[in-house]
Amino acid sequence: MRAVVLLSLFIHARSEWQSVIGLEIHAQIQSRSKLFSRAGTSYGASTNSQVSHFDAALPGTLPVLNRRCVEAGVLTALALGCDINMVSKFDRKHYFYADLPAGYQITQQRQPLAVNGQVTYVYQCSRTSRVERRSARLIQLQLEQDSGKSLHDSEQRLSLIDLNRAGVGLMEIVTAPDFCGGDDAASFVRDLRDVLVSIGTCDGKMAEGSLRVDANISVNRPGEEFGVRTEVKNLNSVKSMRAAINYEIERQIQILDTGGTVVNETRSFDLDTGETVAMRDKEKVLDYRFMPEPNLPPLVLYSQRESVPLSLPSSQRPNVVVLEEVQGQMKELPEDRRKRLETRYGVSLINSVILVRAELDELFETLVTSHGCDPGSASHVVRNNYNAFLDERKLTWRDSPIETSVLAEIVRLYHEGKVSGSAVSVLLSEKTLDGQLSVSEVIERHNLWMLRDTSVIEAAVTDVFSRNPKMIKAYKKGKVNQLDVLAAKVMKKLEGKADSRLVLTMVSERLKD
Amino acid sequence: MGSLTIKQAIHQMRKGLLSVEELCKKCQDILKKTRVLNMYVNETDPEQLSKNLQASSQAYAQEAAKCLEGIPVSFKDAFCTSDMPTTCGSKMLLNYTPPYDATMVTRTQENGAIVIGKTNMDEFAMGSGSLDGCHGPVMNPWNFAVLPAADRHVQGANNVSEDTLSVEPGDWFISGGSSGGSAAAVASGSCLASFGSDTGGSTRLPASFCGVVGLKPTYGLLSRHGLIPLVNSMDAPGIITKTVEDCSIVLNAVAGHDVMDSTTVVESYKPFEIQEDIDLSKLHIGIPKEYHGPGLSGEVLRLWQDTADNLEKAGARVTQVSMPHTQLCITCYHVLCCCEVASNMARYDGIEFGLREGSEESTEELYAASRHQGFNDVVRSRILAGNFFLLKRNYEKFFLKAQRVRRLISNDFKNVFRSGVDVLLTPISLTDAPRYRWFANQDNHTRCEEQDVLSTPANMAGVPAISIPLSLSSQGLPLSLQLIGPHFSESSLLTVAGWLEREAQFPYLNLDALGLNEEALRR
Repeated sequence: MRAVVLLSLFIHARSEWQSVIGLEIHAQIQSRSKLFSRAGTSYGASTNSQVSHFDAALPGTLPVLNRRCVEAGVLTALALGCDINMVSKFDRKHYFYADLPAGYQITQQRQPLAVNGQVTYVYQCSRTSRVERRSARLIQLQLEQDSGKSLHDSEQRLSLIDLNRAGVGLMEIVTAPDFCGGDDAASFVRDLRDVLVSIGTCDGKMAEGSLRVDANISVNRPGEEFGVRTEVKNLNSVKSMRAAINYEIERQIQILDTGGTVVNETRSFDLDTGETVAMRDKEKVLDYRFMPEPNLPPLVLYSQRESVPLSLPSSQRPNVVVLEEVQGQMKELPEDRRKRLETRYGVSLINSVILVRAELDELFETLVTSHGCDPGSASHVVRNNYNAFLDERKLTWRDSPIETSVLAEIVRLYHEGKVSGSAVSVLLSEKTLDGQLSVSEVIERHNLWMLRDTSVIEAAVTDVFSRNPKMIKAYKKGKVNQLDVLAAKVMKKLEGKADSRLVLTMVSERLKD
Repeated sequence: MGSLTIKQAIHQMRKGLLSVEELCKKCQDILKKTRVLNMYVNETDPEQLSKNLQASSQAYAQEAAKCLEGIPVSFKDAFCTSDMPTTCGSKMLLNYTPPYDATMVTRTQENGAIVIGKTNMDEFAMGSGSLDGCHGPVMNPWNFAVLPAADRHVQGANNVSEDTLSVEPGDWFISGGSSGGSAAAVASGSCLASFGSDTGGSTRLPASFCGVVGLKPTYGLLSRHGLIPLVNSMDAPGIITKTVEDCSIVLNAVAGHDVMDSTTVVESYKPFEIQEDIDLSKLHIGIPKEYHGPGLSGEVLRLWQDTADNLEKAGARVTQVSMPHTQLCITCYHVLCCCEVASNMARYDGIEFGLREGSEESTEELYAASRHQGFNDVVRSRILAGNFFLLKRNYEKFFLKAQRVRRLISNDFKNVFRSGVDVLLTPISLTDAPRYRWFANQDNHTRCEEQDVLSTPANMAGVPAISIPLSLSSQGLPLSLQLIGPHFSESSLLTVAGWLEREAQFPYLNLDALGLNEEALRR
């Protein structure tokens, strides 16, 4: 009884708070060499094997800006709807840390590469099927160096340092506090990741640290000012991001509800316990003592090739970054692709999200435009069957053993009701195994044709009903969800080869008896 | 032979009148006899040296000699060298040998020069006396010329010490700094050219005290890659030679864009030769009145006036000009210098390289102990001040304000050159070389503020400036003046300097006879 009271109090209290989240996303730039040196950037190279003199901060070394990294930054900024600063500058941010060899990080604090972005993303609720478009503002996008890695061997009481990552180019993307929860922020990051991957400026591999998120979280009562925020650092999966943010929101609400105050601090997230914990070393408020980086001239961009001044020697002209040329490398962005699927083919928002994220939208369009497939059936087959088929085999549709024309034939058969949805999955696997056989031969051999004979279905329904009298009783007492359960059992008995809608109708008819 | 210039040496070696080995041997002899001066902190390994000499000899034999072929040169110990330690005058780097060569080192070697060693300096180039390095102070080679003659001739040069120079301890003359080792090395004749660095006058000031030519080129004309920085936004590799013409030869060999230094000029560098017959009537010399400040000695003032008069007599237009922000320079320099020092020194933490001291149980303690023991008081106090200036609450008040003042100082130069002035003629030091005892009775900070007054403005503005020895003081020590020109005006700047040099006929120090026995003298 007591637990119930507490729970209801909690729910009551929770509704009085709103949470506000802003993100700092560190995306490693996909480039062969580092931001300011020629050292390589491959992930997983042996320890300290990708370290130039500059990366180790040897005295007398100087930074040399990597043009590829600038282009990637500009391309990303354009893709995220930012205003590009035609002149941006580099700053030094000072702090002592063993894996920061120079004692400062070169970043762009005062005049970043780009500001004021706007990103449309698709919010997906993890608990319900709610899906909707939302928009978030970006404050800035800046280029900066990654740090090295410290490894602590507590047994031998040693700290080991790997500088392979030190100096790798990062794009730091800072958002406005525009998110309201874990799902919201996670949806944004997934979409942002899709953008970066599709334009080739970041490989998006969160598990390898290519994309890391810091979340600033606070709660406040509606209509009041933002609360004291905490920063949860280094979230390196969408899952932990969602969990960390939700945990932190609840933690702050509980503190405030019990009369406490939230401390402005940096926290880390422990995936095993699902909790955030205050970070020991970084509690002190640091003064980063920012200073302009004197060894790098301002980064000047040009809008067009013609606007490059003639005074620049011809040897240097190829080294400048021209917006028009970078824009030329732009790929169609995920949001535009989703929009096209929706408007041109009537695909639902969630299906367009899935198709685009799985890079199957082009295949879908080919099926519809070149092979005359029905858009509804094509999106259904590609999204539900073919996506899983490729995923299991770790293939893209371009190197799939199923030719597009074959897939189109399968979509047509599905559309005409000749094979069921679940039969399509079997068909794809079997066709792969028996490559020489035609689609209909495979269907024949494995007996995958849709059941047309209603007496067979009737018999299956009878069988299932006789085995589950309790469920029928429950249904009649008002548990209407038993309908779906019974229909599923009938489908299973028929090995999925019946039209699921027909089965549902027949079960519900029988339940009226 | 020690009195040879690069120009003469190259000429003689081309003609076969002098061998690469002979020239180097001569320099080495002087080097050995002047060890008391404490000019060098490291010397090239003899085996490596003889290999390099051989290569140069061969180049002459095959008539493939390059512009500095076989010329013995030295580098301030702030330039990274892969075959010798590079200490920057600090305990922090006492055992540090860089894995790469500075661009200046590479370019001189590519042009045939023979690097014979690394020269002494103030720790991390912070100082104007060459007294505050971990290798001890540098003595001015002119001590040999101005001390009682009797003592000099009876002493064997190999064991010259302060005592044998027949002075009271501390009564000797300093070389000036921070590139004191380099200026003294050229003045002594132990090498024909040396690279110093010049952040606030560190090349020109010792060059002036030691009676040699010291050039601070336009910021960005010479690569800083491999030069351990003091203030990145003002540092310039400095060239020290006996004559102006030699200076141009070295400059031509090393100037121009370097991909490793993004602040170097991208326009291609055009080598030049010093013109001897120049039409002074087309020249407008500016005399900035603000350089006539407190502490300027009567002798220097007279030299300044006489030189201006001579130029005028020879047809040049000489006018007084005003550069109103000159007095703000030292304070402004101090703030900017400390800020960059605080930042640049952050890398010396005992982790990747350099001195490591203290407990390895705690990273913070390791940092603290390494940095406390590795840096001297001067470096530590500048780091402290710099970090203070850079604090968020102070940034605007100190760093930004200093940057604005720097802009004003820079504009002073812009305005005066835009008004038609070609070159500015100013003093470079307040006096001739001071005595150690006098110099050391004030701290480093006080002496820098006092000594750098005439030299820092050119660093603030990034314009080229050259110090040229023109006469001797009543004590028999060199007196020099400074010429400052607009950005990238090295060609005309050195041409005017060359004219002054020819007019002055400065009596260069010649230590050829120093402590030589009769046999050596006959040869």
